Amino acid sequence: MTTPNVSANLDVAPQPDEQARRAGFALGLPPRAALLPRSGWIALIAFVIAMGICVPIAALVLPESSTFHLSAYSMTLVGKLMCYAIGALALDLVWGYCGILSLGHALFFALGGYAMGMYLMRSIGREGNYQSDLPDFMVFLDWHKLPWYWQGTEHLWYALLLVILVPGILAWVFGFFTFRSRVKGVYLSIITQAMTFAAMLLFYRNETGFGGNNGFTDFKRIAGFPITSASTRTVLFLMTLGVLILAFIAARAIVTSKLGRVVTGVRDGEARLMFLGYSPLAYKLFIWTVSAILCGIAGALYVPQVGIINPNEMSPGNSIEMAIWVAVGGRGTLIGPIIGAFAVNGAKSFFTANFPEYWLFFLGLIFTLVPLLLPNGIMGLIDIALRKKKAGGHSH
Amino acid sequence: MNTLANAYNALIVDLPPLPEMDEKSERNQNGITGLGHVLEPGEIDVSHGTILYLEDVTVSFDGFRALNKLTLSIDVGELRCVIGPNGAGKTTMMDVITGKTRPDSGKVFLGQTFDLTRMSEPVIARTGIGRKFQKPTVFENHPVWENLELAMKTDKGWLASLRSKLDRAAQARIEETLELIHLEADATRYAGELSHGQKQRLEIGMLLMQQPALLLLDEPAAGMTDHETMQLAELLNKLRGTCSMMVVEHDMEFVAALSGDTGRVTVMAEGSVLAHGTLDEVKRNEKVIESYLGR
Repeated sequence: MTTPNVSANLDVAPQPDEQARRAGFALGLPPRAALLPRSGWIALIAFVIAMGICVPIAALVLPESSTFHLSAYSMTLVGKLMCYAIGALALDLVWGYCGILSLGHALFFALGGYAMGMYLMRSIGREGNYQSDLPDFMVFLDWHKLPWYWQGTEHLWYALLLVILVPGILAWVFGFFTFRSRVKGVYLSIITQAMTFAAMLLFYRNETGFGGNNGFTDFKRIAGFPITSASTRTVLFLMTLGVLILAFIAARAIVTSKLGRVVTGVRDGEARLMFLGYSPLAYKLFIWTVSAILCGIAGALYVPQVGIINPNEMSPGNSIEMAIWVAVGGRGTLIGPIIGAFAVNGAKSFFTANFPEYWLFFLGLIFTLVPLLLPNGIMGLIDIALRKKKAGGHSH
Repeated sequence: MNTLANAYNALIVDLPPLPEMDEKSERNQNGITGLGHVLEPGEIDVSHGTILYLEDVTVSFDGFRALNKLTLSIDVGELRCVIGPNGAGKTTMMDVITGKTRPDSGKVFLGQTFDLTRMSEPVIARTGIGRKFQKPTVFENHPVWENLELAMKTDKGWLASLRSKLDRAAQARIEETLELIHLEADATRYAGELSHGQKQRLEIGMLLMQQPALLLLDEPAAGMTDHETMQLAELLNKLRGTCSMMVVEHDMEFVAALSGDTGRVTVMAEGSVLAHGTLDEVKRNEKVIESYLGR
């Protein structure tokens, strides 16, 4: 019964030149979405140039008496916050975009930090308290040779490789088994929390070979440069800034790609996605592993600036704090978690300096009020403000 | 109404016939059936004219037999309506076919070669079964066009997705489908902002982007107005010949519009097939009247 229609249509057969036939309607989309709008790129480049010039001048050239002098304290503080921001960005990739709330990201952060710490411990050389080739804590434990997993850590390149591989491989293996078993939601969050807690207990033991509860500290130099000198600090600061910006751009590239759209599909409708032929496992593993590696890199930048790493970094509380940064900043936006990390930690620095006894109350208050009043965080607030402004503009 | 029908027609003509169909007709013309034909890996072998074959499929949930020795087969290019009272096991049957539920016993084959009981949901979907859920299931936080892009038949691996670019041909396919489901004006709106009927159309558009060999539609007319229901029936009728379809439905008018005088209708009850035939035949069937229509 459809035959006459079809043949009638075949007479005006569609030409190979489809555009001509469908002149009325075309999507006209670019092959790939732009990473950033033009104004975004200009602002970013201007910011990088300004920081690249101002920070070295403020830290190294200006005398300490100048009001514009950047003290070691504030540089370390901001450097630390930038590392947190990279971690928050990483957590947002899995939580905001893929719907996996990890309460174990502090583990990946700490593992990156420990890998870097191993190199920094080896770089102390014989300048430790016991003047031994071995790190001090090993001498203290009466160990006479390096454990196998410390081999090669005197090389910076190898330590950097570990920074990427250890969190990456752990995350992949953990992810493979949990995602394949279709563990989701709050159960997954609990397992990630258990994972970081187990690792913390493991690292507290002296026999594990990572300095027990003291961890690693008393670093002397990095890549041959004294670690506490102003110029080394400046370089580390700028490197952290560079990594933060690169991480942001890489995350933008991921979430604007089709893979990013599939990942948000996993978050919003995993069953629909499976019946479209996608295997969510591969996508979850990709985003989860990338996130863990990014977190590891953040940890590796954190340790030389802060000068210490110990198992406390793996405590479940730290992972929960990371989730708070993301929630406060705004899940599912990439700028949000960066703002959140700065805002919450800025508040933490202020409170612990002025009202130390109230900080935890304040943190608890944020944790209860933000999801209640600001489900989309600071970015949601900005969004509402922009929309109001737009609406106001129209009515005039 | 007319423009919509024209748009449908345009797409039907534009839709490339599925390779499986081509192969089948070619084989039949050459008189080759069954033994000795060349089997392309990954392609559905329909040399016996059957696209879907279920035999003695049993599924129990805590002792309750949702499917009880269900035996059913669907021919290539057929539009089969399945009716039956609530709890007859229609949705469970779709779950079994799409790999969501594993049967306790029985055979489920796509074509001659694909044992669906051994395949995962994504693999089954990639092999050529599209499924429409009862409730419209679209990605609400994605624009309409991205919903269609995600559904498009292509390499669904993560690396391919990471590298994927929206080329001209892909965009043309999305545009065609948008015209067919009449959502051109809403292409860049979020799917969550669409009305119920628009979401239903979008989901059907997504299924078409998959170019499936077999479409499973679970109560596609649910929650639609009469007018929308008839439009949908027309759309499905136009799709005849491009893919095989199985439609589970309650709305008898809709079933009548789909099956016509000659289309076969399967009546399910208590997990197995109760009756089988044209709509008129099953309506006159004593058992059917007793268990379903009479109530």
